[in-house]
Amino acid sequence: MALDSKIPQGPLADKWTKHKNDINLVNPANKRLIDIIVVGTGLAGGSAAATLAELGYNVKAFCFQDSPRRAHSIAAQGGINAAKNYQGDGDSTYRLFYDTVKGGDYRSRESNVYRLAEVSANIIDQCVAQGVPFARDYGGLLDNRSFGGVLVSRTFYAKGQTGQQLLLGAYSAMNRQIGRGKIKMHTRHEMLDVVIVDGKARGIIARNLVTGEIERHSAHAVVLGTGGYGNAFYLSTYAMGSNVTAAWKAHKRGAYFANPCYTQIHPTCIPVSGDHQSKLTLMSESLRNDGRIWVPKHLKDVEAIRNGSLKPTELAEEDRDYYLERRYPAFGNLVPRDVASRAAKERCDAGYGVNKTGEAVYLDFASAFMRYGKEQAHVKGLDENDDALVRKLGQEIVKNKYGNLFQMYEKIVDQNPYETPMMIYPAVHYTMGGIWVDYNLMTTVPGLYAIGEANFSDHGANRLGASALMQGLADGYFVLPYTIGDYLADDIRTGPISTDSKEFDEAEKNVNETIDKLVNNNGSKSVDHFHKRLGKIMWNKCGMARNEKDLKEAITEIAELREEFWKEVKIPGNADEYNEELAKAGRVADFLELGELFAKDALVREESAGGHFRDEYQTPEGEAMRRKEFQFVSAWEFKGEPKDAVLHKEELEYENIKVKERSYK
Amino acid sequence: MSGILSSSIGRKFAMALSALFLMIFLLQHFAINILSVFSPDTFNEVSHFMGTFWVIQYALQPVLIFGVIFHFVMGFVLEIKNNKARRIKYAKNNGGANSSWVSRNMIWSGLVILAFMILHFIDFWIPEINIKYIEGDMTGLIDPNVADSGFRYYEELVHKFHDHIRTIAYCVSFVFLALHLLHGFDSAFQSVGANNKYTKGLKRFSKIYAIGIPLGFIFIALFHHLKQIL
Amino acid sequence: MNLTLKIWRQKNAKDTGKIVEYPMTDVSPDMSFLEMLDVLNQDLIDKGEEPVAFDHDCREGICGMCSMFVNGQAHGPDSMVTVCQLHMRSFKDGDTIFIEPWRATAFPVIKDLIVDRSAFDRIQHAGGFISVNTSGNTQDANSIPINKHDADTAFDAATCIGCGACVASCKNSSAMLFVSAKVSQFALLPQGQVEATDRVLNMVQQMDDEGFGNCTNTGACEVECPKGISLENIARMNREYLSASFKG
Repeated sequence: MALDSKIPQGPLADKWTKHKNDINLVNPANKRLIDIIVVGTGLAGGSAAATLAELGYNVKAFCFQDSPRRAHSIAAQGGINAAKNYQGDGDSTYRLFYDTVKGGDYRSRESNVYRLAEVSANIIDQCVAQGVPFARDYGGLLDNRSFGGVLVSRTFYAKGQTGQQLLLGAYSAMNRQIGRGKIKMHTRHEMLDVVIVDGKARGIIARNLVTGEIERHSAHAVVLGTGGYGNAFYLSTYAMGSNVTAAWKAHKRGAYFANPCYTQIHPTCIPVSGDHQSKLTLMSESLRNDGRIWVPKHLKDVEAIRNGSLKPTELAEEDRDYYLERRYPAFGNLVPRDVASRAAKERCDAGYGVNKTGEAVYLDFASAFMRYGKEQAHVKGLDENDDALVRKLGQEIVKNKYGNLFQMYEKIVDQNPYETPMMIYPAVHYTMGGIWVDYNLMTTVPGLYAIGEANFSDHGANRLGASALMQGLADGYFVLPYTIGDYLADDIRTGPISTDSKEFDEAEKNVNETIDKLVNNNGSKSVDHFHKRLGKIMWNKCGMARNEKDLKEAITEIAELREEFWKEVKIPGNADEYNEELAKAGRVADFLELGELFAKDALVREESAGGHFRDEYQTPEGEAMRRKEFQFVSAWEFKGEPKDAVLHKEELEYENIKVKERSYK
Repeated sequence: MSGILSSSIGRKFAMALSALFLMIFLLQHFAINILSVFSPDTFNEVSHFMGTFWVIQYALQPVLIFGVIFHFVMGFVLEIKNNKARRIKYAKNNGGANSSWVSRNMIWSGLVILAFMILHFIDFWIPEINIKYIEGDMTGLIDPNVADSGFRYYEELVHKFHDHIRTIAYCVSFVFLALHLLHGFDSAFQSVGANNKYTKGLKRFSKIYAIGIPLGFIFIALFHHLKQIL
Repeated sequence: MNLTLKIWRQKNAKDTGKIVEYPMTDVSPDMSFLEMLDVLNQDLIDKGEEPVAFDHDCREGICGMCSMFVNGQAHGPDSMVTVCQLHMRSFKDGDTIFIEPWRATAFPVIKDLIVDRSAFDRIQHAGGFISVNTSGNTQDANSIPINKHDADTAFDAATCIGCGACVASCKNSSAMLFVSAKVSQFALLPQGQVEATDRVLNMVQQMDDEGFGNCTNTGACEVECPKGISLENIARMNREYLSASFKG
């Protein structure tokens, strides 16, 4: 099937308005006759469910957590971008659009990104009206902060909990509709298949995680807002339950999977402390505004630090390597996420990692303490040469800016970051890739939609900070509710979809067979055993820097691991009860397939772009080398096994933006 | 307004209002009793006034009795409801880590106070009602037939505190009263919705009240007791 | 270090459940509490036994999913953290640790340490929202300035993660801190004041119907709340409720 992205004709700035005027609408009386399933209740799914219900559709919403409020959107810290230009610093829809396309390393779809920038301002209006307590200044108006990679202040925030506040806003909008009976909420349910009837998505098979019951749910359309698949790496900043299952089942039913190899690896996370580690914790990117990143210059000092005979604070300035400042004098510690992450990996691979596992670099605030402290001492008329005093004053300033992050670090690592430099290391954080969607956010399966992180459309090869929240809410509140009407307009006379059909029978049978196989497998190794091994392969061979040899090995190793999984996995308990191991097994089984496609996609993409870096394709200075011939979206069609997946290309055209080389020197 | 008493907050509000009323009464009770230490005559005069003035007897006294009964009954109702809200208890519960003993045991301090109230009613209130309204003697005199026999109130008070056991029982009860008030005083303000910049000051005052008043009562009891036995 | 765990095991809602003892050896102080339970579960699976079921998701203290009563305290002995951020260095070699589910009639046990907190959701359905359509055609976000102090106070209330530690720690299993956090957030913002009367009446009604106990102002909830939600919110809700009741 040829890909049709259905981008409306006309000038970029008019596309969305014109499209909204052209598409079909469903009249209010008919919306009552139409059911929509929304899977996932994060920013995208939650806002979509609420809006669709408000429009009059009957919504059935699903989440695997015990409440929609737990979705992992809640963990986003920094903020949400919007082209409001409240600061009067020259921001505009075009600039937000431009920054997002450039930040994505020219691998995203122009029309989608422009629409995102266009509706971004409405998100802020909407959220304020819903009672989201954004930060305000003393005049009572909304405050903004600036974020990496841009030249304006357009990020709205609610302390370090912006994601939480926005999600609770969407959750409250859902609650209103649940209270009215327009959303039927199914918590602790996991979607295990999409049901396709006559070529259209007409329902899902879900497992009630409490009773183990397999349920059939039908609807006229199915929307997936199920997030990203970073947990394929086992260790990530994702929630423990985040998974690819819904998206992967959709892929297996005909939805193309786009750019699976585009993964964002965030540079400032707390390093792994041991084998028991289950999860990584992110520290806001804003720390790089004041912290300096370094490792020792000499391996003997690394050794001494690791065995505890030398404290990092004792190492002389000239024996430290501030490698980001050395390599990128213009941007220094503020280079984009992908560049900072790769540079840390490069140093640690060369043996300069500073913790026991050799996978950590220092993020040092000592000079920020002194810089702020001198300023304070000057303002207060105190002795600027009294180092102890200056340091103390500086620490106060840093505490005001980042106090909660410093406290979080201390709780986890048990070291006081005011006295010794923080240790950080990159961690998997976001996946730009996802289910391929057209301009209407519909997948290649008619009636099946993907929104938020689950789709691929807006961030290209790299996502800018504070853009994930924007995209999730834009899709859910303002895009999908319009575009879905165009499709559903043909369904007003269809009537309720029966779950009593051979398609539902077949899907349910498949699900039951898989579950039976898992529960009765009687292997010898736990689910986590396989998940950890998959994570190791992914991290070592499909991580921050990839090459042909590693990727080929990864493909073989993942396929072997998958085979071993199905032979050896061991699930205690039964299928007809709460059984977390069983739920996990299903998710890991899908990661084991996705992982292979991931590696295959990375292998095919013979260039470096954003989060995807190929050792073979770098400039003489070691920077990412983009290649014109790869200016396309890779959309993979499922053909039975990941290795047999067929590549379809959506060429990316840039008519409104000049494709340039990214440089941070 | 309808059904306010069937809601949890409404009940707590009623509990707090009755508590505030009882705390004002307690202050008044203490103010009169302490007179017995300094001036038996004034004590007698005031007691007679309180015991015979119709507004107090026929208006305030019933309100007070209602307040007392309401506070106890509502206390039990809430306790039963609260117990139902957690049918299975924790095997290990470290309540001391997050709350004071007194706040968690209001029911027990309340029960001791109830027992005390019964004793107190038997000691003073029932004989008083008996003399005034059954026997019809409204004179307040030691001997109603002798006009200059003097008021009986001080005598009765002193007489009651001759007994060791009663004195000890009273003192112990006052300790429990203090415990009850230590949580109850500022809790009542929280229940009616008052938690603001004055709360810190109020909490300080509540400690003074909660310890001061019962301590004062203990002083009165011991004063009269020791005066007789020493 | 070596520990003795005493964990509540209950097969399902109908089972009566009991405390089961598990010895743990070689626990690293750098582990989080949940990672220590992961190790236990791995052992149990290897031995062919059922692992201990517990709720958890983000493991960074924000989703509110994790919920266990550790040694007599909600989320364990450390303050201002959820149990996923509690680390084993808070314990000593040789300690015995009791691990129990939240106890409240309104939070029935589903399995082992997992409880059903949907009562919280139903309270939110009753009024935990502002009735505004998500059309995006609302007025400009800056059209109503909001006093910074009020906005900050509303934010502090809004940081509630709905974990239920307040209910679990309250001797009466009262949900007042949870409900008051949402009532306060909206009561402090002009957008929320429009329907403040109905909101507080409906949410309190639902809270009572769910079978939570009464607030007796012990303050345990505030101490155990991993987000430090203040008791002032309860006082504010009392005010809101009483004035709403008298209004009509």
